[in-house]
Amino acid sequence: MYKAVITVTLRPSILDPQGKAAQHALATLGFEAIARVRVGKFVEMWINEESADAAYIAATAACEKLLANPVMENFHVEVAKVSDAG
Amino acid sequence: MNVGVIVFPGSNCDHDAYHVARHVFGLRARFVWHKETALSDLDLVIVPGGFSYGDYLRAGAVARFSPIMERVVAFAEAGGLVLGICNGFQVLCESGLLPGALLRNASLRFACKWVHLRVENADTPFTNQLQPGQVLRIPIAHGEGNYFASEETLDMLEANRRVAFRYAAADGTLNAASNPNGSLHAIAGIINAQGNVLGMMPHPERCAESILGGTDGAHIFRSLMAHAAHRLAAGHI
Repeated sequence: MYKAVITVTLRPSILDPQGKAAQHALATLGFEAIARVRVGKFVEMWINEESADAAYIAATAACEKLLANPVMENFHVEVAKVSDAG
Repeated sequence: MNVGVIVFPGSNCDHDAYHVARHVFGLRARFVWHKETALSDLDLVIVPGGFSYGDYLRAGAVARFSPIMERVVAFAEAGGLVLGICNGFQVLCESGLLPGALLRNASLRFACKWVHLRVENADTPFTNQLQPGQVLRIPIAHGEGNYFASEETLDMLEANRRVAFRYAAADGTLNAASNPNGSLHAIAGIINAQGNVLGMMPHPERCAESILGGTDGAHIFRSLMAHAAHRLAAGHI
């Protein structure tokens, strides 16, 4: 069993009004050093594959097909061996 | 003209579209459940507004893989007319029938109001009863209507007259104040390369009867009926 940790982020060229709103709110709360915020998605999945490579390929295919829209999003996949799906 | 209205879990403008087709214009209309796979009896497929599959992941992302969408893509590729409204536009973009994507509104607010649209291309099955530059008053209701595409895609859309409608002021001028969601090039609706698929964020089915405060949406249905009648006369159906 492998666990994939996936982050999906808006492509750098795309304005992120949600990140901008969060940054404004943080500045209001006194976090003046936080100059820029981008908000994305975090996905975990547990994959029944025999190798890290096979799990990585499955997670990447899932991102390309469904989890990310290449028009507006990038994704990053990291895979690690785990004992079970807990 | 036979009209089918796709129904996903979470569609909520399906009855409005059905009502306009059937009761306002007297067309034959039926609902098409997302698990159905037959569209061959239809001339027009409407992918309606709503929150298909709760808008999980991205608006339209899950609906795009429902059994019926494979058939809608084949129907469109065979020349069938497809009208995607609001969430339907998002589904058509996710499915690849139309380019680009609909991002979160620049304001971060759900926008529910009347807007003005300028007709950019009156030479489509959806707009042939309109004039270029004509201004329509039609409501919007969306949180993710901010049209985005790459520069190359935008250039291609403009060069091929594939922008059907732009957000504009009441007199037809373009300005930032009349763009309700931050859409690039103020795009409110686009067609595919063949011209038989239209996606638009505004809701023509919500303004096709005077009792609803406006009838400009009726022009789009009248255009589709004129197109179908023309094809019938020419022996294409």
